[in-house]
Amino acid sequence: MSEAPVIESELQAYADGRLDAVRSAAVEAWLAARPDQAERIAEYRRIAEELRATYDPVLDEPVPERLMQALRAPARWPRYAAVATWFALGIALGGLAGWQLHQTPRGVAPAADVGAVMARRAAIAHATYSPEVRHPVEVGADQEAHLVAWLSKRLGAPLRAPKLEAVGYSLVGGRLLPGDNGPVAHFMYQCKQGTRVTLYVRTEAMGNRETAFRYAKEGNVSVFYWVDRKLGYALSSADISKDDLFKVANAVYQQLNP
Amino acid sequence: MNEAQRLVDLIPRLRRYARALVADRATADDLVQDTLERALAKLHLYRRGTDLRAWLFTVMHNVHVNRVRATRPMDILEDEMPELAQRPAQGDGLLVRDLERAIARLPADQRAVLLLVTLEEMSYEDVARTLAIPAGTVMSRLSRAREKVRLMMLGQSAAAKLKVVK
Repeated sequence: MSEAPVIESELQAYADGRLDAVRSAAVEAWLAARPDQAERIAEYRRIAEELRATYDPVLDEPVPERLMQALRAPARWPRYAAVATWFALGIALGGLAGWQLHQTPRGVAPAADVGAVMARRAAIAHATYSPEVRHPVEVGADQEAHLVAWLSKRLGAPLRAPKLEAVGYSLVGGRLLPGDNGPVAHFMYQCKQGTRVTLYVRTEAMGNRETAFRYAKEGNVSVFYWVDRKLGYALSSADISKDDLFKVANAVYQQLNP
Repeated sequence: MNEAQRLVDLIPRLRRYARALVADRATADDLVQDTLERALAKLHLYRRGTDLRAWLFTVMHNVHVNRVRATRPMDILEDEMPELAQRPAQGDGLLVRDLERAIARLPADQRAVLLLVTLEEMSYEDVARTLAIPAGTVMSRLSRAREKVRLMMLGQSAAAKLKVVK
């Protein structure tokens, strides 16, 4: 079989699947005789797939409100009103404009109710365990791997204990709690001054929903809570400001959605 | 559908590209925000009927170059100079995947081409138009970017093996 000459830019286009059938066949014949080159091009395709697998999930993330705001200035278009109404509704339901919901308004009300129950449970757990001096957790951070594996097993979902050193908190440890939908994982963090925040993680019966950050206050405990697919999260503290707690919640969210 | 509405629809794609371009999430969204503000201010310069996505990515490219220029020494922008990884070093070391690190270490010009071709699946002609470079340059940057990423990934797995042996 005679070989048509193949040039590098054609190999690139082949890796991208952009050659017509004739040139594609020519490249394949050329590569068949050159295993090293074939492996190189195959690796380019694997890299492309991994790139897409890494970054495509960004497409499904809720768009932060500040980005919607950026487009609002002089132009007025129909959706502006819808978005604004919808946002006011979120705020009325006790939400804080952290992330924008990718949800219809109809879905918001029951979700908020279910979430509010979770926030309340989380606040109670926080108030119960965070003042503990000798027994704040069942398993300490020195056995973090064991802790995470144990809680993941009991919840039936892969969990992670976010690393919050960047916002000044380190893991104390965690425990298992009873919850409405089954076992709940409870992680405790502490800053250098001894202030504690706790992260309450439960499995979501409804699954595959995402909500914005919402804020609730139970007694003196502040809670930011949200749902991300199969897991519901609530971050509580009695001792730091709403803004500071929001920063920590943000860090948790980012760590869990790298 | 008017242009402003179409800009809204393109936000997720801008965010995906920005995230890969600058690695850390907050900086990526800062870049998107600057881009959207600039796009809105310059919307009268967009010619109806031409490709809005290419136009928007051009705006983003220019905003990005200006932002990088404002915070870094000029020579970093030269084609063969590896740009420093922009991801904050503390805290999340374990979460940085090999591929993300390799992408972050590519020269900025090569990274842009690789990401537009791979993530945006832009035609080579559109990439050339978006980045205002000749078509031949698109192909050579694409080729170099891929080969560097491949070698970095090979090097990383080799280094990982060495660690285990030790």
